[in-house]
Amino acid sequence: MISRAVGVTEGAGGPLLEVEGLRTWFPFGSRWTTRRGWVRAVDGVDLTVSRGEVLGLVGESGSGKTTLGRSVLRLIEPAEGRVALDGTDILALGQRRLRPLRRRMQIVFQDPYASLSPRLQIRRILGEPLLLYRIVAKSEIEAAVAELLRAVGLEPHFMWRYPHEMSGGQRQRIAIARALASRPDLLVADEAVSALDVSVQAQVLRILLELQRSRGIGMLFISHDLSVVERIADRVAVMYLGRIVEEAPTDDVIASPLHPYTQALLSAVPDTDPKRRRERIRLRGELPSQTEPIAGCPFASRCPEVQDVCRRDPPPALEAKRLGHLAACHFR
Amino acid sequence: MLLRVEDLAATFFLDEGELRAVDGVTFEIGEGETVALVGESGCGKTIVALSILDLVPSPGRIVGGRILFRGTDLRRVTPETLRRVRGGEIGMVFQEPGAALNPVFPIGRQICEVLELHRGMTRHEADGEAIRVLGGVGIPDPEKRAKAYSFELSGGMRQRAVIAIATCTRPRLLIADEPTTALDVTVQADILDLLRDLQEDYRMATLLITHDLGVVAETADRTLVMYTGKLFETGPTDRIFDDPYHPYTNGLLRAVPSLGSGRGEPLRGIPGSVPDLLRLPAGCTFHPRCELADAECAVRFPPTRTMGPARECACYKATAT
Repeated sequence: MISRAVGVTEGAGGPLLEVEGLRTWFPFGSRWTTRRGWVRAVDGVDLTVSRGEVLGLVGESGSGKTTLGRSVLRLIEPAEGRVALDGTDILALGQRRLRPLRRRMQIVFQDPYASLSPRLQIRRILGEPLLLYRIVAKSEIEAAVAELLRAVGLEPHFMWRYPHEMSGGQRQRIAIARALASRPDLLVADEAVSALDVSVQAQVLRILLELQRSRGIGMLFISHDLSVVERIADRVAVMYLGRIVEEAPTDDVIASPLHPYTQALLSAVPDTDPKRRRERIRLRGELPSQTEPIAGCPFASRCPEVQDVCRRDPPPALEAKRLGHLAACHFR
Repeated sequence: MLLRVEDLAATFFLDEGELRAVDGVTFEIGEGETVALVGESGCGKTIVALSILDLVPSPGRIVGGRILFRGTDLRRVTPETLRRVRGGEIGMVFQEPGAALNPVFPIGRQICEVLELHRGMTRHEADGEAIRVLGGVGIPDPEKRAKAYSFELSGGMRQRAVIAIATCTRPRLLIADEPTTALDVTVQADILDLLRDLQEDYRMATLLITHDLGVVAETADRTLVMYTGKLFETGPTDRIFDDPYHPYTNGLLRAVPSLGSGRGEPLRGIPGSVPDLLRLPAGCTFHPRCELADAECAVRFPPTRTMGPARECACYKATAT
């Protein structure tokens, strides 16, 4: 019934996804306005995701997480840098040669009310990628859709429903099933469980994690919620103003964060258990403008440990401070 | 007692039928106390808040119960009295600060309006007080920011401005409906600190509506757990979190991912999802999702029982420990 093998297919060896020096800038203003320039949403990001690995990407709103996720899939055109899927630089490809690669990289968006067409039955929503990428023959669509539905914990009869006949959690499972229909190697999950109630969030998170593991998918899991990221990610990258300021195995980041920003972020997470509550680090000061190049460290204006050098010189590039634990800070 | 809500019921009269959004809710808030109302989306939390100030939107309306604020039933007072209470003795803060502010007036002007209306200040007095109030909620450079429009402020600063508007009359009660849900976690912590400070300074009580149990644990004296328009469990926050009586409360607490509790530990959710309020299951509305449910639960909704000091629970299976 299924005509293509699951999981690792092409080019084993190097990392599945390799991002180098990625910059995505958005123009603002027009020729009629006096203020014109660029918003530096993603400003020099390096990262890798291996097969079967989950990289959590955390940061506050406006840090550039979503822009980074979309740039990696080339849903937004980055200004410069390299994004390689199994060694192939997808930024260098024309649309025609990019299209076959799209099958291998998929995305789940935050809002399951906006990301599913209200006019299509679930059968069509899930059947379309199957047909488009010739995953199964037309005669086998129904069986394949049923199989996808079962994989996300829904009964096959859901294929006859429209999105409005389903709850938020059920819709998000459909969004996951749709992303997995084309058997991707790389999945970007952009706040994929953030809109869900906590009781439902746990179910959807478990399904996502099970499928990622059983299919050996490399996943970029974008979330503002550190406690969710902790449950799913193997490694965590912390983003601030378009840059990654810290990256390490999940347990290391949570237990012994290095960068002052990560420390402040972790200390602000409320906890239901008073025994686990942390001493809170307060951030004063405002975010610098993202339309001007920043002279020193991007975090200098809010950093509780700021020194003169931080305002003057950019911090060293992301470097290993401990084994596998990277941070970009003058004093760590 | 500052506020006593008694057997409150609110219904939405829809084409598809009558939707009972709030169904027999009873609770109290003492002077200076913080009470959290928690539950999943669509459980009627916001409608409880709106009912207190008679702001339930059409086609919904309050169909029963009493709202006793300092001994007076707000359902029986004149519209003028209600206007004085609303925004005066009871302030409100909503989730989206952008939607709560008027985009065509500067922030300072919106505070002045409240001060002139509720505290009888002259325009000149109000101008000065507005700047003081803005400084009081932690807005830097308040003289300058008073002239700013809402779109010129960040999300956190906007929510501070909304809090300034809601508290400039020194209300006895602040109703805060998901006040930090739209904010980043670092900003959320600042706003919660601010609310706590204001509460201490003014001896103001707070009804905090939220789905975030972490926020509840850190701020609320008492907690009310709501599901399908009914209160399932009430009691002191630390006791409920240590030892929940209701299986729904227990399920919610288990589903919260807690930072530092270790990776790979499976999160347990609650099977199924919140039912459609127009097609509620018979008996206990939670029984189809409940692992303890038996035949009795499917027949009749359980009565609310006192389970111990200041604790109540509506469940046949709950046993006092």
